Amino acid sequence: MSGMFVGMPAFPKAAHEVVGNQTLRGNLRHATHTIRAKRAKAVDELSDWAELREAGRRIKDHTLRHLDRCLEQLEESVTAAGGTVHWAADADEANRIVVELVRDTGESEVVKVKSMATQEIGLNEALEAEGIRAYETDLAELIVQLGKDRPSHILVPAIHRNRGEIRDIFRSEMGRWGRPAPQGLSDSPAELAEASRLHLREKFLRAKVGISGANFMVAESGTLVVVESEGNGRMCLTLPETLISVVGIEKIVPTWRDLEVFLQTLPRSSTAERMNPYTSTWTGITDGDGPSVFHLVLLDNGRTDALADQVGRQALRCIRCSACLNVCPVYERAGGHAYGSVYPGPIGAILTPQLRGTQSEIDASLPYASSLCGACYEVCPVAIDIPEVLVHLRERVVQGGPVTRAGNKVVLKPAKGHAAERAAMRAAQWAFGHPGVLRTGQRLASRSRRFHPRTLPGPGRAWSASRDLPTVPAEPFRDWWQRGHGGEEAK
Amino acid sequence: MSSRDVILGRVRRALADVRDDEPPYERAVRREYQREHGARTAEENVTLLAENLADYRALVHRCTEGELAAKIAELLAERGARTVVVPMGLDAGWLAESAAEQVPDRAEDTPYDLDQVDSVVTGCAVAVAETGTLVLDGGPDQGRRRITLVPDHHICVVRVPEQVVSSVPHALERLDPVRPSTWISGPSATSDIELDRVEGVHGPRTLEVVLVNGRDEPDVLA
Repeated sequence: MSGMFVGMPAFPKAAHEVVGNQTLRGNLRHATHTIRAKRAKAVDELSDWAELREAGRRIKDHTLRHLDRCLEQLEESVTAAGGTVHWAADADEANRIVVELVRDTGESEVVKVKSMATQEIGLNEALEAEGIRAYETDLAELIVQLGKDRPSHILVPAIHRNRGEIRDIFRSEMGRWGRPAPQGLSDSPAELAEASRLHLREKFLRAKVGISGANFMVAESGTLVVVESEGNGRMCLTLPETLISVVGIEKIVPTWRDLEVFLQTLPRSSTAERMNPYTSTWTGITDGDGPSVFHLVLLDNGRTDALADQVGRQALRCIRCSACLNVCPVYERAGGHAYGSVYPGPIGAILTPQLRGTQSEIDASLPYASSLCGACYEVCPVAIDIPEVLVHLRERVVQGGPVTRAGNKVVLKPAKGHAAERAAMRAAQWAFGHPGVLRTGQRLASRSRRFHPRTLPGPGRAWSASRDLPTVPAEPFRDWWQRGHGGEEAK
Repeated sequence: MSSRDVILGRVRRALADVRDDEPPYERAVRREYQREHGARTAEENVTLLAENLADYRALVHRCTEGELAAKIAELLAERGARTVVVPMGLDAGWLAESAAEQVPDRAEDTPYDLDQVDSVVTGCAVAVAETGTLVLDGGPDQGRRRITLVPDHHICVVRVPEQVVSSVPHALERLDPVRPSTWISGPSATSDIELDRVEGVHGPRTLEVVLVNGRDEPDVLA
């Protein structure tokens, strides 16, 4: 994944630094609370939300379970429509393909539509290394790029910035990249949007190469779909002569008709709108309208490894709406950067460790970046059971076991630092297998309850620092059952 | 081995648990959701479309076929438009009363040329009442995608009630995936600053929609 996140500290450490930042906490709280209420209202407008959610889940599941056939069909239909399909097994290969395609055009700059896939592979850095300048054109991406910052949200990468900070970045940085910010720029969102319009217009008008991702790819027709708000997507998709789309292999839906589900659930889940301002669909190339050359780069980069995990593969249903981020109590406090990935929040906590593996400190800590409250599952428009996958990934971190990495089956060793947890679980397993031992242990615990500490000693202290220890009852349940009413009834 | 074979091989190994006799797509994807929300007459759909367009800051006008040329002339004049892009297949009568200089939608024009034009007038392929959406599919009265993007003022004419459908599922039924389509719901907007919606970024900042009634009689709901 992108180099910008290499060497990130584990989630608890990164989050700890963030929660002390009052401005950031305030920005995140304001933004997430604004969108939460609006989303709930937009969803409530549809009486059949549960059925749409279920259909979305089934469409995506069916696609994933027949992904090989869907990919072959997509390749065939895109090719028939005049596009060229490339396959990239990992980030390096995808970057190499795109760099070469841009070089072949003779151009040294490209305009980009906001795309998670190209962020994931660090495409901008790869292009820069080859002397090709990539201009981000989504407002939030522009703020991140100008501020030499990292994205912290799937939908609104600059969510950690408030309007005053954005104005300061525009004032000081726009001039270095092209047209400077207007004199006397204020912090009103309308003026900031206007500044971005003026700054980017010259880049759109001269652009010869556009780079995008896609929200959906329709296997039967070869149609790609980009859902957006500002019109920067339309600019990049229609004005340049060459269009290169880098899309994860899981973005497929089988039929054109399937869009009727996602075009209803995605806008309401992400920006809480009945419909986003602009959606573009295109199928290969069209004579005399839009780019005359179209390349589609299909990206694996860990997706097939996630697909091999029967519990974890549901994460590939994700349509990147970011509703789970906006409702997450952990995300609201820790912010997106602490997740050390372009995919933050609850979905990031299950997607990143599957795409990258759990070998690094940050990736092994991500399945723990949750209180398992389940709000993410409730709002997910494709019903990804994020808590289930989190628990599954925790088990993998602690116990190790068979996983697929880069297409190969390997056996993970148990992670370091979970020795006490493993020892406790082994002891529990042994005790539950020996009823006599369990009974004696429970009676001892009940009789000694007056002497139980309020906090755990040693390594357990970290656990009990923020939790109450459960109180042990005066009498074990089994004793109570046999002595009292329950025992009578059993006869 | 090509990357294509590598990836397809990985996919097939990853799906070793998927049995051959799984239900086919038609049975696996149950569609128990509604084709449209609520029962509305054609005229009620037009009213809902107007409401939802206005809710997202489009300026909505209603007139009859006979009033259309005057309405378009009025809107262009109010805007102070000196030039207007016109798709090749647009009904010539629509602009008969407009003073603005007409610029045809030509392949050889550059984006810079288009950037100099004040307004654009188009028809549409279909409009969606429930979401307040106009869909353009490059038909003769709609032109190339870029002409409704670069000019800052877009006037879109919708023939009501025949071009209005109630819902997204009905809209997709009317569209051919092969044609490039642009779904427009209000003027361009962003939620990127503090997740609050602001209208007016790169696309046309003013979207005017003229709902034109085919019958040449006063519109009861106008």
